[in-house]
Amino acid sequence: MLDRYGIIALFALMAVIFPAIPLLLSWVIHPKKPNQSKLSTYECGLEFEDFPEHVQEVWVQFRVQYYIFALIFVVFAIEVVFLYPWAVAYNALGLFALVEMFIFLGILFVALAYAWRKNLLEWV
Amino acid sequence: MDILNSLFTNLYDWLAATIHSLLAGLGLTKDAESAIVAAIMGLIVVTVILLWMVLMVLILIWLERKNAARVQDRVGPNRVGPWGLLQPVADTVKMFIKEDIIPTNADKLVHTLAPIVTMAPAVLAFAVIPWGKGMFPADLNIGVLWVVAVGSIGTLGIFMAGYGSNNKFSLLGGMRGVAQAVSYEIPQVLTIVTIVLMTGTMSLVKIVESQGGWGGLQWYIFAFPVGPIAFVVFYLSSLAEVNRTPFDIPEGESEIVAGHHTEYSGMKWGLFYLAEYFNFFLVCCLGAILFFGGWQGPGFLPGYVWFILKVYFLIWVGMWIRMTWPRFRVDQLMGFAWKVLVPIALLNILLAGLRFDLFSLLRMMGLIS
Repeated sequence: MLDRYGIIALFALMAVIFPAIPLLLSWVIHPKKPNQSKLSTYECGLEFEDFPEHVQEVWVQFRVQYYIFALIFVVFAIEVVFLYPWAVAYNALGLFALVEMFIFLGILFVALAYAWRKNLLEWV
Repeated sequence: MDILNSLFTNLYDWLAATIHSLLAGLGLTKDAESAIVAAIMGLIVVTVILLWMVLMVLILIWLERKNAARVQDRVGPNRVGPWGLLQPVADTVKMFIKEDIIPTNADKLVHTLAPIVTMAPAVLAFAVIPWGKGMFPADLNIGVLWVVAVGSIGTLGIFMAGYGSNNKFSLLGGMRGVAQAVSYEIPQVLTIVTIVLMTGTMSLVKIVESQGGWGGLQWYIFAFPVGPIAFVVFYLSSLAEVNRTPFDIPEGESEIVAGHHTEYSGMKWGLFYLAEYFNFFLVCCLGAILFFGGWQGPGFLPGYVWFILKVYFLIWVGMWIRMTWPRFRVDQLMGFAWKVLVPIALLNILLAGLRFDLFSLLRMMGLIS
């Protein structure tokens, strides 16, 4: 068991090293000749510095729609995490699991229907 | 055939034995010796898999461009090497020697870390993928969960890229990317539950082993109707999960320039590209394992060849979809996930739970064990 997770640890190590190697290598060999217009924010060819202050600001409050989707996601993700052990143990549990499943998936369905009814799934 | 089938496992055993005998003269304790051998072999396995994946990605890029060219009645790359085969290599060299620009306004740390954070989970997920009989780095009993859990870290990378660039297009792309990734993760994960339900295990190796009946053809794609439905939902949501066209609104170039990697150039951009193909390859591997029996197949080909063939079939289907479908609109995309795929996936779990599939029927009639 332990050596299996040892391999996972090796993978975790390599997962960081593997992208870092080409980055370092190219950092060594690529040319470094920065100038003002290269380093300015991309704006389809317009001069970013000419914009008024409030237009230059990027890190602004964002639309609430994104967060609502994130909230629905959290609800479903937690339900799914519960579904996995249930699915593994399903064969051993028999009728009890079947009834449980109807109740559990029923709750999920109701949640989805509620969100749908409340127009939370509409992207406006 | 047996020799071919166990070629790589034998090679592994031989290497491990060789390292053992090399270490024998050093007078280490038994435990220390086997620990060192395990570590060295682990490193070799990880390196081989990564190099193999880089090779696969180079081939994929070439295939994708040639395929697109064929569909659009063009020739495609044909200058570098025979049939343009070395074109991806030339592109890689170009990326290495290209200047890396970090805009003055960007958050430098987040901007630099984002490609690494995007790349790392794509590598991590390959820790549990079985390539053939006995050919897997680690057989976790939570294999499926590991792939899913690690895969969702990639979303963070996209958002870091979007936020760290301090560019409106990037931020929009990052936000869209997160919204899309979290939405499509639900149907993807729900369809995997169906397979776990039918198998009773989360280990990818055991899932493949359970599909060995019928001379290696008892794949879950044939478990009508649950299997095919689950596969279609899984495949579509996976394509969306890895931001493939037609689901690529996070980088939709006709609307928001290049989305989250607008401000990236050189090798950092290359890493995003690499991660995209790693992820694409990964979901195709997962599809082949869960629905097409992984390394199982009729005995005239070794297991790992079957696996690669299946993966490339799925990849080809993905490319085909990319060439033929126009890009979705944002609202269509989100609606498709929540109003079509999620209900179908939930109903499918009900069907699977009621044992309403071909395999269970045959099992009930006593035709298969």
